[in-house]
Amino acid sequence: MLATARAFTLDGIVARPVRVEVDVHMGLPAFSVVGLPDTAVREARERVRAAVSNCGFEFPLRRITVNLAPASLRKAGPGLDLPIAVALLVASGQLKWDPAPPAMVGELALDGAIRPVRGVLAIAEAAREGGVGEMVVPAANGREAALVASLDVVPLGSLRQLQALAAGRWAPERPKPLSLALSSRPGTPDLADLRGQAHLRYALEVAAAGGHSLLMVGPPGSGKSLAAARLPSILPPLAPREALAVARIASACGHLGSRPSEGRPFRAPHHTITPAGLIGGGNPPRPGEATLAHRGVLFLDELCEFRRESLEALRGPLESGWVTISRSGGNRRLPCRFMLVAASNPCPCGRGELDSECSCAPHAVSRYQGRLSGALADRLDLLVAIAQPSAAQIDGPPGEPSAAVRERVAAARRRQERRLGPGRCNAEMSLGETRECVLDAGAAALLTESYSRRRLSGRAHDRVLRLARTIADLGGAEAIEREQMAQALQLRRRDR
Amino acid sequence: MTEPRACPDCLRRSRLLAHLAPYIEKIATGSRGSRSPELLRLSDEDLAAVAAPRVAAQVLEQVRTVPERALQDGLAAAECWGCCPHDPLYPAGLRDAADAPRALIGRGNPVLLEGLVPEGAVTLVGARRASTYGREVARELGRELAGAGLTVVSGLAFGIDSCAHRGALESGLTIAVLGCGADVAYPAAHRSLWRRICESGVVLSELPPGTGAWRWTFPARNRIMAALAGMTVVVEAAERSGSLITADLAADLGRDLGAVPGPVTSGMSAGSNSLLAGGACVVRDAQDVLDAMLGPGVRTAKRVGPRLEATQHAALAAIEGGSVTSDAIAADLELAGGDVAAALAGLEALGYVSCSMVGVYARTLLRPPSD
Repeated sequence: MLATARAFTLDGIVARPVRVEVDVHMGLPAFSVVGLPDTAVREARERVRAAVSNCGFEFPLRRITVNLAPASLRKAGPGLDLPIAVALLVASGQLKWDPAPPAMVGELALDGAIRPVRGVLAIAEAAREGGVGEMVVPAANGREAALVASLDVVPLGSLRQLQALAAGRWAPERPKPLSLALSSRPGTPDLADLRGQAHLRYALEVAAAGGHSLLMVGPPGSGKSLAAARLPSILPPLAPREALAVARIASACGHLGSRPSEGRPFRAPHHTITPAGLIGGGNPPRPGEATLAHRGVLFLDELCEFRRESLEALRGPLESGWVTISRSGGNRRLPCRFMLVAASNPCPCGRGELDSECSCAPHAVSRYQGRLSGALADRLDLLVAIAQPSAAQIDGPPGEPSAAVRERVAAARRRQERRLGPGRCNAEMSLGETRECVLDAGAAALLTESYSRRRLSGRAHDRVLRLARTIADLGGAEAIEREQMAQALQLRRRDR
Repeated sequence: MTEPRACPDCLRRSRLLAHLAPYIEKIATGSRGSRSPELLRLSDEDLAAVAAPRVAAQVLEQVRTVPERALQDGLAAAECWGCCPHDPLYPAGLRDAADAPRALIGRGNPVLLEGLVPEGAVTLVGARRASTYGREVARELGRELAGAGLTVVSGLAFGIDSCAHRGALESGLTIAVLGCGADVAYPAAHRSLWRRICESGVVLSELPPGTGAWRWTFPARNRIMAALAGMTVVVEAAERSGSLITADLAADLGRDLGAVPGPVTSGMSAGSNSLLAGGACVVRDAQDVLDAMLGPGVRTAKRVGPRLEATQHAALAAIEGGSVTSDAIAADLELAGGDVAAALAGLEALGYVSCSMVGVYARTLLRPPSD
């Protein structure tokens, strides 16, 4: 007997349809899976065998062949367990589904319980696009699948409920869609924790307002990580479409449970990370930290300690907003539009040259700081040098809360969107758009003077212009004023 | 135009030093090779006998038989020239010194050696591991003194030396004295600086082209630096710094000695401060150097910058008070971050301060108008 089921496999952050064909016929008892399965799929045999016999069904002692079509696509992950089991039961005549079983996804436990899988949101979206009306998902993934409107989501807890579901005796209610937070929820780290440090606060606000990348340099314990972790809380709320894209990536990596999401992501990979870990890799490709930080903040602490290849790998994606991973099966594009925040100590020992305890050799310091002018560091717009906060600052009153700063940032972003189009910010301005920025006479004179006197490079010139535009947006000015240009010149990253 | 010329015997002396370099290294390394200037007073035979008793005769023979042609070709191949006490181009400052090098091998424009008298040159030395303050002062002194017509002599090392050269290149003439062959850019990180000095100034050494650096060659080149200039200024030096050797050598020659005062709490300025305590001339700016060398008021190098606004004045005071990051300055001034940024940008544009790659501000020697 032959039976089929519709299933999906995750490829990057999108799902591709898979047709599960199960054939049960006479012969020596055997159970084989063909169609480019990975190890997890091949091991489905054991899980299916145990789950089927533990749920009151009989595992047929026949020759069983499972084919996963299309045969050229690599199938990965345990989500194919459930469709294989269902097709097997239909093929062996133990289950009747009229006219055909719905699309389904789920991992089986040995007792027949259905475990959650990664990427259900992407799978549900692919199902709707593929014209599927009804989809069986693990009960724990129900709310996530329900985010896709117009898809009839059936949450299934165990293989034991299958008989009733197939016969139409049991029809579970469609779960309530997961609520996606558009901005940080109360209780998450707040900028009020940053006491004093007016200049750092100001730099954070400018960076957030224009989506500019930021480099913080300061001794350990001066608040670099603290400040970076609070940056998502002052970014403007996500648009619903952006929130869905963020949720899709989190889901593909198994981070999106029934737990509510947290608004803009904040990722802080360790400096030992490999290029594949940072931008994604593997076959089928899995998203890296850059993609996980999509629409949020990617924080590289100890920038000088990162491997050079890792930082090099980040260059292209940072510019284009996409990671392209080429594999034998074709190219995958993963989105990665994030705000880059980096932190570094001023020298290898971290104390800085002003501290008499610093014992770093001069060439060690120059080599260390040399890494701050590498290819990636060239993409950093702002530099803020941080001092150890004084005792008075630490004991002082809490700073302005995130919500107040976020309002100013959101207002500045609205101005940018009016000028550049929806969803875009100053940091993304093209060369043409940058040159179109309106300057008043004083600002133009100051920029020209700095350009000629201090030998700003061409790239630095444009970077200053973008920064000045953001500062003007924060101030609500149409034309960039002299004072705003001066601030941009001060905030810009130094090379040399 | 006079061509520099060195007699073959003088050039052979430099060959001898190169041959004996590893042996001298062994006996001169008591404390950082500081015995080497004494050793170099010895005659060829004595030096060879002291440094390499076993092979002395062999080495002397080897050096004496180098044909004159080979000596000149060696210089030409490295784009260098030689000059010795028998040549009128030989710097006057070195003629006074008992331990002066027999041959001086140079690269760059030899005409610049003409008229190089101690009164027309100043040596700036200091620690390789220098603070932003030290670097900034070295650069400013280099620029101002070269601008005032003095030749700035230094050693191309990391830290103070390279800043002094860079400053001087901006406005005038500079000479680098190396502890290796004049055609060897050492340290390698300063290759481009070395090239610039070769193009517009002079690089000098007493060693033949291609010789590498040894520990003992640095005190040895320090004695050349000390002798070339009428005044040696130690910009920033810790206790037991190599630049203090230069200071001692300069004092022994009867040259003026100056030092830039640093914070008494900073170990990086301990050496220069103790020179001041011992009677060295206080150097706060280029004017102090000019006054000490040429007599008060003979030449002026005062620079007064444009007028400042109130917040710029306050920010300048904060930097002078030791707050050197934008964040610390904002904390001192108790102003909003944006106002501080604007003030700092103004100060930088006007030339009152400079900002390093890691965002540390340093005061330049430019003074605000007093009224």
